[in-house]
Amino acid sequence: MKYTEEHEWLRAEDDIIVVGITEHATTQLGDIVFVELPDVGTVVTKDDEVVVIESVKAASDILAPIDGEIVEVNDALTDNPSLTNEDAIGDGWFFKIKASDPSQMDEYMDEAAYKAMIE
Amino acid sequence: MRVGTPRVLWCRTLCIQDIVGLIEKGRKMSDLLQTPLHDLHVKLGAKMVPFAGYSMPVQYKLGVMKEHIHTRTKAGLFDVSHMGQVMVQGDGAAAALEMLIPVDVVGLGQDRQRYGFFTNEAGGITDDLMLANRGDHIFVVVNAACKSADIAHMKANLEPAVQVMPITDRALLALQGPSAEAVLSALDPAAAQMKFMDVATLSLNGAECWVSRSGYTGEDGYEISVPNSQAVALAEALIAHDDVEPIGLGARDSLRLEGGLCLYGHDIDTKTTPVQAGLTWAIQKVRRAGGDRAGGFPGAEIILEEMDAGAARKRVGLHPEGRAPMREGVPLFAAAEGGAEVGVITSGGFGPTVEGPVAMGYLPTDLAKPDTVVYGELRGKRLPLTVVKMPFTPANFKR
Repeated sequence: MKYTEEHEWLRAEDDIIVVGITEHATTQLGDIVFVELPDVGTVVTKDDEVVVIESVKAASDILAPIDGEIVEVNDALTDNPSLTNEDAIGDGWFFKIKASDPSQMDEYMDEAAYKAMIE
Repeated sequence: MRVGTPRVLWCRTLCIQDIVGLIEKGRKMSDLLQTPLHDLHVKLGAKMVPFAGYSMPVQYKLGVMKEHIHTRTKAGLFDVSHMGQVMVQGDGAAAALEMLIPVDVVGLGQDRQRYGFFTNEAGGITDDLMLANRGDHIFVVVNAACKSADIAHMKANLEPAVQVMPITDRALLALQGPSAEAVLSALDPAAAQMKFMDVATLSLNGAECWVSRSGYTGEDGYEISVPNSQAVALAEALIAHDDVEPIGLGARDSLRLEGGLCLYGHDIDTKTTPVQAGLTWAIQKVRRAGGDRAGGFPGAEIILEEMDAGAARKRVGLHPEGRAPMREGVPLFAAAEGGAEVGVITSGGFGPTVEGPVAMGYLPTDLAKPDTVVYGELRGKRLPLTVVKMPFTPANFKR
């Protein structure tokens, strides 16, 4: 698992990367009440805004961590956005992206580095 | 995850920060004022944030959503000690206040409370407030961000004929929700005898408290002015009850929004008149055109004229379709495409009891009728909202 400075986690499943936000992020955001997901098939560039999440206290953007194509989104979040609060690194994932340049993953932190950052 | 840019958040609750924000941005938490309950909040696991110059709990461990639901189903305890408490005392105190406030203060019965507001010469609202007739004085509670201006305003205009005395040796607690009566009357049975908007002096946990049966959540409940030195013990005694949880400013905001209640600095301000804000119910007949004490307050000509002719715009409740919250600042349009902006959302967010987004804002009068569909522009898209009557959740007062 890799982590971005924007509190996203990235889990590689072969050349597909699953993206979500960390428990630390959900704690900061509070109860999530709305998630807007991208369309499957959207081709994105690193740092594009791909997901909007609204919590009781904030609207936030999730940025594409790498270049690639959105191949699957977690539709369960549309009806039940609190899944992300309940299971941030599991059922609360946002989207899967097919990486066009898997080496872009190299710049991201490992778990130890991420933990050090949030402490 | 990028939080908040360019849409700034927490606005709903922290927005009084719009007024004091610039000062606070450069200020450390340690420079903030603390209420007598500060250490208790920290002990209870509150997340403390700057609000109107104070370090205040925005939420506790339950989080905003559960705190909100708890208040609507059982009871919540709020620290609102940052608000201004003022005694106006002396012969003619009620009549004197009528020079600044367009409500019937003279006719307010003993041990009764009433909502009101200060107005300016342009008919705008400079703060909203609660007034209570406590026999030998009028007890006024004003908003935290406005309190020093309000006190200066009263002193400048009312003294020396009457005395304006800020109360700084008392904290202010609010106990709100359907269990509030049972919880408070266990400490003093007289609490149960009070009706909505009654005031009384109760003995609570050994403290002499000035209590009103009112609040800012749309629920039954009480506001309790308690001596600073006894505030923590009283708060702890209340929280000790199984039905009571401490509730932060986050849920206070979503509760009052569902209740259709205005937040000063957002839904009402110096640019909005009481007529536009839909608050003419608070201006009793005696102060209106043709009344025995008509006018005589700042902006009376403008406000009374507008009451007669009708306002060009009105504050309305708005129900966004779908799940996306529409927050303060979202521009409103008459059509799904084209046309100029016709209004704006002044408060909005997710209503935990409604289980969906709720908002209020201003619209031209011809678009302000219930069931009218308007469009809010969110992230470049226009999404429909329906004008609805407020409150969003039925008020639960003990009349």
